[in-house]
Amino acid sequence: MSKPLEVPTMDMENKEVLRRIEIGGDMLLNMGPQHPSTHGVINFLVQTDGEVMKRAIPEVGYLHRSIEKIGERCTYNGFMPYTDRVDYIAAMFANQGWAMAVERLLGLQVPRRAEFCRVIACELNRISSHLISVGTMAMDIGAVTPFPYALREREFINDLLEELCGARLTYNYLRIGGVAFDLPSGYEDKVSTFLDHFEKILDEFNRLITYNEIFIKRLAHLAPIPAQMAIDYCLVGPNLRASGMSFDVRKALPYSVYPDFEFDVPVGKGEVGTPGDAWDRFWCRVEEMRQSCRILRQALAQLPKDTAIMGKVPRKIKIPEGTEAYSRIESARGDMQYYVVAGPGENAHRVKIRTGSFTAMGIIDALSRGLMIADLVALIASLDVVAPEIDR
Amino acid sequence: MTFEEIQQRLAAKFGERIGALAPANKDPFLVVPAADVVEICRFAKEDEALAFDCLMNLSSVDWPKKNQIEVVYHLWSYRRRHSFVLKVQLDRAKPEVPSVESIWKSADWLEREQYDLMGVTFTGHPDLRRIMMPDDWVGNPLRKDYAEQPQWHNITTTRDNSLEGYVRLDELTKKAAEAAAAAKKELPQ
Amino acid sequence: MQGFIDNLIRGWGYDPASWPWTQFVYVAFMGLFSFIVINFAAISGGIFSWAERRIAARMQSRVGPNRVGPAGFLQWIADAVKLLFKEDLIPAEADNVLFRAAPYFMMVGFACVFVALPFSHRLIVADMNIGIFYILAVTALIVVGIIMSGWSSNSKWSLFGAIRSAAQIISYEIPAGMALMIPVLLAGTMSTQGIIRAQGPWPWQWFIFDNPAATAGFFIFFISALAEGNRTPFDLPEAESELVSGYNTEYSGMRFSYFFLVEWGNLWVMSALAVTMFMGGWQVPFLPAERLDALTGWVAFFAEVASVMIFALKTLFFVFVVMWLRWTLPRIRVDQMMNMCWKYLVPASFVGVLFVAGWMLVVRSAPAVGIAMHFLLAGAAAVAVVLFVQRVANNLRDTGDKFDFTSNW
Repeated sequence: MSKPLEVPTMDMENKEVLRRIEIGGDMLLNMGPQHPSTHGVINFLVQTDGEVMKRAIPEVGYLHRSIEKIGERCTYNGFMPYTDRVDYIAAMFANQGWAMAVERLLGLQVPRRAEFCRVIACELNRISSHLISVGTMAMDIGAVTPFPYALREREFINDLLEELCGARLTYNYLRIGGVAFDLPSGYEDKVSTFLDHFEKILDEFNRLITYNEIFIKRLAHLAPIPAQMAIDYCLVGPNLRASGMSFDVRKALPYSVYPDFEFDVPVGKGEVGTPGDAWDRFWCRVEEMRQSCRILRQALAQLPKDTAIMGKVPRKIKIPEGTEAYSRIESARGDMQYYVVAGPGENAHRVKIRTGSFTAMGIIDALSRGLMIADLVALIASLDVVAPEIDR
Repeated sequence: MTFEEIQQRLAAKFGERIGALAPANKDPFLVVPAADVVEICRFAKEDEALAFDCLMNLSSVDWPKKNQIEVVYHLWSYRRRHSFVLKVQLDRAKPEVPSVESIWKSADWLEREQYDLMGVTFTGHPDLRRIMMPDDWVGNPLRKDYAEQPQWHNITTTRDNSLEGYVRLDELTKKAAEAAAAAKKELPQ
Repeated sequence: MQGFIDNLIRGWGYDPASWPWTQFVYVAFMGLFSFIVINFAAISGGIFSWAERRIAARMQSRVGPNRVGPAGFLQWIADAVKLLFKEDLIPAEADNVLFRAAPYFMMVGFACVFVALPFSHRLIVADMNIGIFYILAVTALIVVGIIMSGWSSNSKWSLFGAIRSAAQIISYEIPAGMALMIPVLLAGTMSTQGIIRAQGPWPWQWFIFDNPAATAGFFIFFISALAEGNRTPFDLPEAESELVSGYNTEYSGMRFSYFFLVEWGNLWVMSALAVTMFMGGWQVPFLPAERLDALTGWVAFFAEVASVMIFALKTLFFVFVVMWLRWTLPRIRVDQMMNMCWKYLVPASFVGVLFVAGWMLVVRSAPAVGIAMHFLLAGAAAVAVVLFVQRVANNLRDTGDKFDFTSNW
């Protein structure tokens, strides 16, 4: 097919990229792939004169596990655990995206109680994902203490989700047509107790780090992304909302039972710096945790009493070849989209997962000119990039 | 605007080159010729009524039976809050389509991913190189007829199925037990 | 020290002035005292590493080391033993001589300071009349050690850390030095014992409350000392999240432990200097320095112990404050750190010295003003402490927490 490639040896690894970076006296640094703060296995080729960067080129693919190719081999039900691994920090959302896409292919209706279970699980997962995001961001800036505080709260959520579905990280809780398990008895009280405790902790967290003078000095005015640039590079989620664009899939294209709930969408206003800077992205995530608490309280109050948690799903899911469906959900990292084309047998012909972190990596090269290395770390942390989502 | 209205607006501008909207097999889409995709996308972005300011997703699907590779563009408009699906059908032997990176910057990485994994060449892309696989990888993994290379820099890409290993181990143990029993029988009493 | 040794020689029946072995005895005893003090420095470094880990854990809702010995107290010994047993690793491309020598430069720079630290009114190894000047000069050896280690490691990341650290330490020596000139001006001598004797045992007699410029000088010195010791918020040279450990990335085993020994031992040095210069050192309340010198017998021994305890407690309090800051504050960026030094601290310290010089003239002609200022500033500090405690109590109440000293140790 293609002309035979001369296979280069290990010494020529950087030559491909060296051709593209005009070095001329600058240092070429490899930040990664093993680095304490690149949020996963990502490499950055940094051309710098010592402290100020000329370019930072991200190199991904170290965590590529060909999940999309596996989707062409698995049955529709069997693919659910693989979607957990697409974003293992916010696994419920990946589950939900896949479930919604296949339910659209089948034309399936999900029972109301199952939808409420999904919302409760997903909002709890959103809080725990944002806790990791803000905790590690504070740690990357140098304040180590907020990280264990965030993890301590996340332990409560881990316990709640373990009680719900048996797992602490990769849940495999949702099923095509519903959820796997119903809420255990006494679960609503446990979640309420946690919410009462957690909202006060959020205030303590704000006092500790969000409005800390040094933290603001590090993050304000750092890499402000204008709304138009964010849209052009297709940033989603808190990154987009921090730039001033008020768009949340739960409000704009409501799915599941979100229309029944009342909640705000935090939008970055440049409270301590430029609108769309790193501090706004941090603040958006903290405020979203507060809104998730609101949604959870309403969901617990409106939980229907009937018991059906699975719809009428055929034993073997077979869909006519060529049927395609698209699902969009608001994941913790933004607008996660599944494009599924059904195959001839019991599996899909093509699964494409479009994640927020993938396009966020595309913008780093453009934003990094003229930043310092410490700023690059803060920028990556503020975009809340997780490597498994980028590489799938 | 609904899908039908968007298709009508595109047909009004481009006439013959836009076909009819494909019937909704759960989700409708519009097939456009590969040579016109840049012009159509630019109109879709700049037209006031359409205003598709975001390329949400760019995927490619391999249809070996039809001898085609489809590149699927999912467009979204933040201003008008409507979406649309464009498809380009390419010859599987030489899949080439002009790049839309000059229209939406998000196409930069999305097209690189499809170049890497499916082998679609996007002409006019400023930096078309592999993104997931190593730079010197041979082949396009997402193709239906993809065969993995046996090794990469002396690292083997296959591994024995551990069940087969256990079966072999069982046979060896059985043979050793039989040999021991036979040797015991031959011992002088 | 010399008087003590002279008394000893006379006790043996010789006259120090004419005995031919006097100098050797001096040197031998100097060596002995230095040996004791260096051991104190090293062991205190180890103990602070344990203390920091437990305090940090408590602040972070964790437990910290609690297996090795009671409350994990032997953890630092276990770590030291482990590091001793590790493979002696030197990167192939590293400069052999410099790589090996760098930790020792840091150890020397750090250990020499202890010679001039006054632990009590008689316990000081060498009471030089250029005491504070000597201390400032000797701590500069640490920079040499850091640059050597970063350069000789032959690694870009180590080089980054070393250059950042050198820039930081050299820059902050200026405000530190100028801020330390304020107590020198107020006391009229550079000898550390002299500066302590010029203060009094009660808080309102300390130099920190002498005049507003002295208070500012204390804070300038404290911030600069944090920067000199590579402690957060100035720990850029070791910023783990950026540089994977900076200038000591390539070090392992005992050499690695020397860097950390110096860092933790520096906590004592920073705090002891702050206490000596600004907070009255070993002065015991109710016992002015002259009466302390005149005591004899068992009372003198207990007074000695009391003054050492007071010095140690004040120093340990500041050690705790330095640890507290490390686990609360984020890290400052390199350019912000240089900005702060050259644009804010250096001019402020110069203005402070000029103000103190002018203030001394004012006080000489009107002593009552000086005394009034002492009480005014001490009172303001007491009010600030009360407000701080109130704020902490409010925060605890808002979070629904209880202030709990007894559990989770």
